[in-house]
Amino acid sequence: MDAALGLMRRIPPKHIDTALSALLSLLPHHSADLLSQVDQPLQVLSDIECGREFILCEYNRDADSYRSPWSNKYHPPLEDGPYPSSELRKLEIEANDVFAVYCEQYYEGGISSVYMWEDENEGFVACFLIKKDGSKSGHGRRGYLQEGAWDAIHVVEVGPDENGTAHYCLTSTVMLSLTTNNESSGSFNLSGSIRRQMNMDLAVAEGHLQNMGKMIEELEGKLRNSLDQVYFGKTKEMVCTLRPPAELLQMRFPHHRDV
Amino acid sequence: MADEEENEISDEQKIEIAKWFLLNSPPGEIQYVAKDVKAILGDDTVYESAASEAFPLYNKAHLISLQFPNRSGDVLITSYSEINANEYLDPRTAQVAKVDHIKQVCKEVRPATDEELPSSYVEEYRCAVEAELSKYVGEAYPKGVCSVFCTRGKDVEEPGSDFELVVVISAARHSPQNFCNGSWRSIWTIEFKDDLQVVEVTGRVQVGAHYFEEGNVQLDAKHECKDSTIIQAADDCAISLTNIIRHHETEYLTSLQASYSNLPDTTFKDLRRKLPVTRTLFPWHNTMQFALTKDITKELGIGK
Repeated sequence: MDAALGLMRRIPPKHIDTALSALLSLLPHHSADLLSQVDQPLQVLSDIECGREFILCEYNRDADSYRSPWSNKYHPPLEDGPYPSSELRKLEIEANDVFAVYCEQYYEGGISSVYMWEDENEGFVACFLIKKDGSKSGHGRRGYLQEGAWDAIHVVEVGPDENGTAHYCLTSTVMLSLTTNNESSGSFNLSGSIRRQMNMDLAVAEGHLQNMGKMIEELEGKLRNSLDQVYFGKTKEMVCTLRPPAELLQMRFPHHRDV
Repeated sequence: MADEEENEISDEQKIEIAKWFLLNSPPGEIQYVAKDVKAILGDDTVYESAASEAFPLYNKAHLISLQFPNRSGDVLITSYSEINANEYLDPRTAQVAKVDHIKQVCKEVRPATDEELPSSYVEEYRCAVEAELSKYVGEAYPKGVCSVFCTRGKDVEEPGSDFELVVVISAARHSPQNFCNGSWRSIWTIEFKDDLQVVEVTGRVQVGAHYFEEGNVQLDAKHECKDSTIIQAADDCAISLTNIIRHHETEYLTSLQASYSNLPDTTFKDLRRKLPVTRTLFPWHNTMQFALTKDITKELGIGK
């Protein structure tokens, strides 16, 4: 398993899909571990009854069927798939409605889904998903991207209510790939995946949705910024180390100017 | 999906998968990938046949440079310098390196035979280009290695026939302690066309970088371009060709930097904005308004 996770840290993130299925066929007895520890690009299915698309993940899957958050039905239909309690389903419905607005405001398009389920220790788990196709043929408003994929996975474990507060543990993963392509600059692709965690104890009176939402918004913003500034920045630094731009060379060898 | 798969896959399939991982290793990381692949396979025979096929391909694709054991310089592992599976020509020193692809080392060195080297007419051009180019690579790439190979018409003795040179520039930087590796690879094909008295130049540049501290982010950039000049005396040709290469590579670096500067405000914005369209944080405290709007729409029957 360590070796498998080691490989996932090195293989180009745009090939995660292929790498994961390769590992599954080499390590069939570790398939459960692999599927739970390796995040894979999100898939989408259409809920025809509600006329909306929903996102597939391990959390809304049972056998080969996936539960839609819009109609609460399994696709393809499943006899006795698990459902959240009616109380939790109420929160799930609200979360889906609100998160769709959040998605629209930050992503100007994209698909969102929220799934919730009870866990063993009197609390519950919620999974917030966003998939955005930012390419010019998808939902890219500005039309700069030949290819642009952003998948965000936020899993919040909510502890039981203890004297009015609950413990929230959020794990967020972002996977992205963007490609620009034109005559003068050729093709330029950046792809990546990062995962971070955030823990907070918050007053239940504020509402679970507000508490979870604020944490997600904060961590998602941080992930976006560190991808943009730190991670992309480091690859740019590397390019400039391989071949320093003229102004850097002149700083290093100032006498060159006088020659 | 795993349940449907056959539990046991054949050794041939395992070799193919192992090769895929090895060939997709980022610059400078194939040894780390190899270690993990070996551990996952748990079968040395399968691993070794995958490694013996994948390493030579990776080494040539990444244009890696290996030091001669006698410290007389570096040899570039490329398909243009390949004499046979384990022997690579270094035209500058007229030596042939025997390499161990999997260990990525040069084990032995022998002088090149006359048949392996170009005619003195072609060598004059090759050598002039190499001299001029080395000056440029020395200035532009702190850790660059370059070489010029004759890939066609190496036995041409005098003006009147075509021949082809290939310029290879390879600069790699490995700093695993900083979680960062990268490589710059350029291949310039230079065709001397005698009937038109022109030299046609085609360039392919590939730049890769990998940053992996608590994450995995990779740059993969490619660029192709064309140019041409006229056939002149060897020294003049070398200067024009080096100027062409310098010009295009400098321009490409500038366009790479532009791609990076465009990220925050244009390209990245099409994936996710920094702030919502409202330019204020999302009103989580007031999400009731969304529910209310929805209820009203429903009651008034305007949502249908």
